[in-house]
Amino acid sequence: MDLKEKLISSFWAFENHLDEDSYLHPIRTDAIKRFEEKGFPSKKEEAWKYTSLNSVLKHDFSVFPKQENAIEYNDVKKYFIHDIDTYKIVFIDGKYSSHLSQTTHDGMDICLMSSALSKPKYRILIENYFNKIAEQESLTSLNTAFSSEGAYIHIPKNKMVAKPIQIIHFSTGNESAIMLQPRNLIVVDENSHVQIIERHQSLTDNQVLTNSVSEVFVNKRAIVDYYKIQNDNLNASLIDNTYIKQKQESICSVHTFSFGGKLTRNNLNFSQQGERINSTLKGVTIIGDKQHVDHNTLVHHVEPNCESHQDYKGIFGDSATGVFNGKIIVDKIAQKTNAFQSNKNILVSDKATINTKPQLEIFADDVKCSHGCTVGQLDESAMFYLRSRGIPEKEAKALLMYAFSNNVLNSVKIPEIKQRINKIIANKLGVNIGFDL
Amino acid sequence: MLKINNLHASVEDKSILKGINLEINPGEVHAIMGPNGSGKSTLASVIAGKEDYEVTQGNITFEGNDIDELAAEERAHKGIFLSFQYPVEIPGVSVTNFMKTAINETRKAKGLEDMPAKDMLKLIREKAELLEIDRKFLSRSLNEGFSGGEKKRNEIFQMAMLEPKLAILDETDSGLDIDALRIVANGVNKLKSKDNAVLVITHYQRLLDYIVPDFVHVLYNGKIVKSGTKELAHELEEKGYDWIKEEVNA
Repeated sequence: MDLKEKLISSFWAFENHLDEDSYLHPIRTDAIKRFEEKGFPSKKEEAWKYTSLNSVLKHDFSVFPKQENAIEYNDVKKYFIHDIDTYKIVFIDGKYSSHLSQTTHDGMDICLMSSALSKPKYRILIENYFNKIAEQESLTSLNTAFSSEGAYIHIPKNKMVAKPIQIIHFSTGNESAIMLQPRNLIVVDENSHVQIIERHQSLTDNQVLTNSVSEVFVNKRAIVDYYKIQNDNLNASLIDNTYIKQKQESICSVHTFSFGGKLTRNNLNFSQQGERINSTLKGVTIIGDKQHVDHNTLVHHVEPNCESHQDYKGIFGDSATGVFNGKIIVDKIAQKTNAFQSNKNILVSDKATINTKPQLEIFADDVKCSHGCTVGQLDESAMFYLRSRGIPEKEAKALLMYAFSNNVLNSVKIPEIKQRINKIIANKLGVNIGFDL
Repeated sequence: MLKINNLHASVEDKSILKGINLEINPGEVHAIMGPNGSGKSTLASVIAGKEDYEVTQGNITFEGNDIDELAAEERAHKGIFLSFQYPVEIPGVSVTNFMKTAINETRKAKGLEDMPAKDMLKLIREKAELLEIDRKFLSRSLNEGFSGGEKKRNEIFQMAMLEPKLAILDETDSGLDIDALRIVANGVNKLKSKDNAVLVITHYQRLLDYIVPDFVHVLYNGKIVKSGTKELAHELEEKGYDWIKEEVNA
């Protein structure tokens, strides 16, 4: 039985236990039908031309966590941003870990999707927001069909959430191969501000495939800063589908730091529904070995006077492959849009490749849109300059790579995240630069 | 200190240096002048260890040791410094962080601990003052958006920080106005001692009014065709390079 069949039959076995009158039942059954019809995406589809899931899908994944596994905090502390106080929503093999988590219902809800889906008091919010902006494409549909657990965050209006929220998914390797389908719903109401850090971490070399879906609603004048730290081990793959809907005068930024993992696909969709919205999408990718990272972004400008800024930097070594596919749509009425997109790449090996493709669909006539992509090597004259000052080759290379990704790191607002990323980069490059950028 | 013996060097099979002989002793200032394309910058780059050039014949010794096999950073650790004609812009690395890295990597190569942050700060402040460099300038990205004069001043600031035994100044005067020229020359002169040496590479004589050479060499077509004292520089300024070419070609 291949994975698709296994998922579909497992779904029905699971769904038949549920109350058929539940609000979610038709949503889930519709979703599994869409997945059944479409199947996993293949390279024949334009959006998946350069990313093949074949090598990932061949494993015999268990699709439901069988048991609750425990982890000691001290063993996984290093995966947390632990030097500052944060809320934590932690999952182990897809199950919520109350032991590692720190949630709240005090004036806001920072808790679990499973309780939000089952408790009547959340019903209205779920009906208003759940699965409202997630696309109908196959992987997101698959997640919808299986959605039972994840983070549920609702920040009511006029709230500054003082502590960042960490969402961390651990996999313990108790199964030889596991597929996880976390589902997050984040609703930030008028004039509120929240910072979110998301991480997926496998604790062994066993196979992990995560198909994650997050829906983020950034309501009027709200501010959301979202950081995704992707530094998983080489047998873990991640398909991250993040859908963001912004209302007027809201500000939302997503920083994606991709250093680890076997295959990582980031589908990041922004829909701007209101005027004077600001969206920022930034990423640093540093990979080697046979790693693959694919950034697939979409920014849809629907109304006038909005901005979007995309800045993705990639450094590819060994036989690593990268993809950047950035689409910007500016609707006819979205005049005075200011949309900027940049994707710059350095190949440090002859075998590394990057496929980069900007796609601009502009239907308004009074807009400022720019895009640019570059692929190059480390600048030889810069290398000689640094080395002539006594900086050895390896350190000089690292310094140039740091410098290359610096402007993305600069816009990270939580210093501890910046330090953590710097440390990961230094480890990755095998150097100690001796200062933080 | 520096001894160049019958040095031949080429880039992509094109022969540029065709038998250079030069000896520089501690405490001396040498100037190499010559028309465009004579090989001046190549000579500077070869001494500093640029890998694009292949030494096909001859050798370079520094303090008695052959340096041909040494990487650029190893030559820097031994005390060779090149002030670039065209300093490279490195966005994202501040002047201060760059200098910290350079100093500490050099110390590491010598088996020394990192310089304490306090000492580093003091040193930076002291040397910045010498080159009349504003403190704000030090937190800017290295050479990015610097004017021609700022770039050259920054080169000499780096030289002051690293205190090399041999400083090679490649066309340091190009792009400098008279005030910047005076600051740069003043910086170089203050760093001069009986233990170090300077090799000034220049097309024009004007910098040599400020950094006065003990010896002047004329490089033409990959060879040193004439050597003399500072009067030779004045003669070249007056008469140009044509008479040298004629003399050589005769």
